[in-house]
Amino acid sequence: MIINHPLLGPRDSAEFTYMGDASLIHRPDWQAGDAVAQFVEYGYQRANPAGLHRELWFHEGGDRSWLVVTRNTVTHEITSVELARDVARAEGRSK
Amino acid sequence: MRYSAFKVIKEALTGHRGWGPAWRDADPKPEYDTIIIGGGGHGLATAYYLAKIYGGQRIAVIEKGWIGGGNVGRNTTIIRSNYLLDGNEPFYEFSLKLWEGLEQDLNYNAMVSQRGILNLIHTDAQRDAFIRRGNAMILNGADADLLSTAQIKKRYPFLNTDNARFPIKGGLAQHRGGTVRHDAVAWGYARGADMHGVDIIQNCEVTGFLIEDGVCKGVETSRGTIKAKKVASCVAGSSSRLMDKAGMRLPIESHVLQAFVSEGLKPLLPGVITFGAGHFYCSQSDKGGLVFGGDIDGYNSYAQRGNLPVVEDVCEGGMAIFPMLGRARLLRMWGGIMDMSMDGSPIIDKTHIDGLYFNGGWCYGGFKATPASGYVYAHLLATDTPHKTATAYRFDRFAKGLMIDEKGQGNQPNLH
Repeated sequence: MIINHPLLGPRDSAEFTYMGDASLIHRPDWQAGDAVAQFVEYGYQRANPAGLHRELWFHEGGDRSWLVVTRNTVTHEITSVELARDVARAEGRSK
Repeated sequence: MRYSAFKVIKEALTGHRGWGPAWRDADPKPEYDTIIIGGGGHGLATAYYLAKIYGGQRIAVIEKGWIGGGNVGRNTTIIRSNYLLDGNEPFYEFSLKLWEGLEQDLNYNAMVSQRGILNLIHTDAQRDAFIRRGNAMILNGADADLLSTAQIKKRYPFLNTDNARFPIKGGLAQHRGGTVRHDAVAWGYARGADMHGVDIIQNCEVTGFLIEDGVCKGVETSRGTIKAKKVASCVAGSSSRLMDKAGMRLPIESHVLQAFVSEGLKPLLPGVITFGAGHFYCSQSDKGGLVFGGDIDGYNSYAQRGNLPVVEDVCEGGMAIFPMLGRARLLRMWGGIMDMSMDGSPIIDKTHIDGLYFNGGWCYGGFKATPASGYVYAHLLATDTPHKTATAYRFDRFAKGLMIDEKGQGNQPNLH
């Protein structure tokens, strides 16, 4: 698979480390009343869809940026690649 | 119909007109006591043991395509029970004992061949870890044998023991391990289940569950509604897709695992050998092809085909220990979809929905577990209590911190 890196252009997926569902960006609030239940859900439960999947890839053999890749798990076709930083900021995370 | 040498001779003399199909291609009835979803090795084994041992039930296996068309027909056919942890080893040893009696039990030639499995050791630390694992195996009634480099050289003279980076420093052998003709496992269980009255219904896809007030009362299928007192999911690889129809999320990611076979060669590999410094394992089929595999591709996939970086990685692992492999051509390669669980171990449990049961999360180790998986799942379905060898395979082990993580990798499915 070729991942079209937003900064570096097309790169071989072998340069990356896969980290799973992009929902991992949303770490639960550790001070919430039901934090334990939220962390069990966050740590262990996955939607695991057949079809479009937003997922985290780490450019370990490159610029070490985190990417959010939208890929079809049935065809392996990649339709969108974003910097995870931009995704998190757009959702109001970080500054 | 019982198969026997007498039957073979009789049929040879009478033009082979008396064989008949090994199982009925049944049509769905409106209602059963138990429906097993998934006509793979585990589902058919579950039906067989449920009908044979717990008996007296109307049982159906429903399968989206044809039986044995999923991972039971795609794996690398290895059986073994060389696990470390208490949650696993008694279960896998139970499975290996069932393999040893399987053909007599089923009256079906599954070509169970206990040709042995050898895990190679490349460092002193790895030797310590393997000695510990071997001791755990022996404590659980399995066999384990620590071999020296000299013993390995004598038995497997073609191995490259002096590789500069990965010298072979010994190996842990399980002589009772081996290989089985995988398709015959599905067919043998199907025939056995059919002989005990199980309906095997093919081309029947589950499209939804009938759930009323937290109780599962049957399934909607592409061939109509089928009611049942108990519904048992057994579709590893597609578990998340199926259980999503019951509104459940699972501690599972689906990943693709590739397998490979070389052109046919004369007999040269007397057992199963695994590389300890990378991920590579190899055996030789009775047709002569070298059957080998390695790591999963490492990203979520339902595609049943993988990509080239893993092909290169697996072949490099093979070349490191079998330089002769470079002279053989790769004949075929294919992919199958694995339920990769969060701790690398399976789940066999009731769900929070009454009457709905789950068996899955086999990662890439499900084939060797087929007989025990079917047996303990049948036990769970019949008695509503886990079999004594499968008490650890619960859904709630993640919330309770009771993970069964052989490699200590944590909740990262592509590392198991």
